[in-house]
Amino acid sequence: MSPSSPAREIPAVRLVEVSKAFGDLVVLDRVSLAVAKGETALVMGGSGSGKSVLIKHVVQLLRPDSGEVWVFDRRVDTLRGAELDAVRLSVGYLFQGGALFDSMTVGENIDFLLERHTRLDAAGRRARVEELLEWVRLPQLALRYPAELSGGQKKRAALARALALEPAIMLFDEPTTGLDPVSVRAVSELIVRLREERGITSLVITHDLLCAEITGGTVHFLHDAAIVASGDLDAVRRAAHPVLGNFFGG
Amino acid sequence: MTLSAPRIDKRNPARRFLEKTGELAAFAGEFVRSLGRRPFEFRELLRQMDEVGLKSFALTGVTGLAIGVVLAMQSRGTLVRFGAESMLPSMLALSVIKEIGPVITSLVLAGRLGAGIGAEIGSMRVTEQIDALEVAALRPMQYLVATRVVACFVMFPILTAWTDAIALFGGYLESVISSGTDYRLFLSSAFESLRLSDLLVDTLKTSVFGLVVGLVSCYLGFTVRGGTREVGRAAMEAVVLSSLLVLLTDVIVVRLSLILFGDISG
Ligand SMILES: Nc1ncnc2c1ncn2[C@@H]1O[C@H](COP(=O)(O)OP(=O)(O)OP(=O)(O)O)[C@@H](O)[C@H]1O
Ligand SMILES: [Mg+2]
Repeated sequence: MSPSSPAREIPAVRLVEVSKAFGDLVVLDRVSLAVAKGETALVMGGSGSGKSVLIKHVVQLLRPDSGEVWVFDRRVDTLRGAELDAVRLSVGYLFQGGALFDSMTVGENIDFLLERHTRLDAAGRRARVEELLEWVRLPQLALRYPAELSGGQKKRAALARALALEPAIMLFDEPTTGLDPVSVRAVSELIVRLREERGITSLVITHDLLCAEITGGTVHFLHDAAIVASGDLDAVRRAAHPVLGNFFGG
Repeated sequence: MTLSAPRIDKRNPARRFLEKTGELAAFAGEFVRSLGRRPFEFRELLRQMDEVGLKSFALTGVTGLAIGVVLAMQSRGTLVRFGAESMLPSMLALSVIKEIGPVITSLVLAGRLGAGIGAEIGSMRVTEQIDALEVAALRPMQYLVATRVVACFVMFPILTAWTDAIALFGGYLESVISSGTDYRLFLSSAFESLRLSDLLVDTLKTSVFGLVVGLVSCYLGFTVRGGTREVGRAAMEAVVLSSLLVLLTDVIVVRLSLILFGDISG
């Protein structure tokens, strides 16, 4: 299916006919989607079209009403407890608002996860925190509280935290929304570097054409509870669906 | 048209009430189960005990002092009229320790903690911090809820004992000022008619109140959906509901303790 997986590797993330409704509101209607290992996939769509609901299924923050959710060879929608935890730890999640723990400093946010899930000692953890913050280009901010950061800094600090446990897959919920063009570029380039330097699989939700242009990858367009177009950005732009015309402004 | 039309829930209120009660019960069950799971968040528990407990000492202390002084002032006149002024310390001790101390302390704490816990957990919910704990395989039920509820359970009786003591001290101060009572006389007469079982039962019953305040506030915060306005409403509801439930629980606990231990005349 994907050109980068000639050996028919199993996809890193796969949704099979996933449906989800809240009361009468059908948000996802038999949506299927696969992201090959090492690939970047983008989900685009209007506000309230169910993009966040879609990626929440990957880590089972939401359980599907029907359908299957796979992460590599594990079917996660039937997992619970420790087994689900193990899968969750292999997936990093950048939340729409960052979701940094605001009672902790940036450094403590990262250290907290390292302390719980690795065997590193205090010095090892400190070095790792520094290295992560360096990587997202935020050195010297370890002692700041989230409330003292700008929007772009928050997103990058949250990215550092999401990467702390070296996930194989990263989920991004609107990583660039509300940022100025310079920060949009910086964050989008980090997504590219994750793919190129670390081979991380990414599933990115975005409204942002600049972000989509920089990251590249397969675009899936979500509308009316279904994926109405898939392909590279230009192909989706040219697709004949009327909503796409409105979304891409012409 | 309003800018943010309130979502109208068309289901009938009785059914909604039952649903909410059911959810709260399930939440309480989840809390009990989380107590058995490892790791137990001991460090976070200490932090919460500090938050719930030490930071409430001044508040409950002032409350206790005021209660003691006012109660003594109000009762003195009545007792003098019946020629029973010497009963004052004993009456004071009975009413403070058996009822006023525990209930007022718990209500004051329900105000402080209901709002605090409801707003903190609620804002963690709407800013996705609870989801972030969840996906980092850190169980929010253990880390956020169990620690707070247990802290309330432990700290309520301790704070109540403290409030009671300060209230009696306030009553004693009033007695010294208005009639120069000797402290030995005051103490011996205060504890004359009080049984140890009263002291223990009526202080320890506040653990149940703590449980109620902690659970209700955590539940309302945990289930917030929406934004800042909903967080504010959850905090407000946490105060109102936990105060009401404290009073209601008190009726039940007192009824039970009368059955089990009889009343002071017995
Ligand atoms: N837990 C929930 N309970 C009830 N309804 C929900 C829940 N989560 C999402 N929804 C509803 O599902 C729909 C899709 O929400 P979602 O958050 O996925 O939108 P989105 O595409 O991410 O939009 P945005 O770009 O604004 O973030 C919305 O109508 C929302 O109100
Ligand atoms: Mg969203």
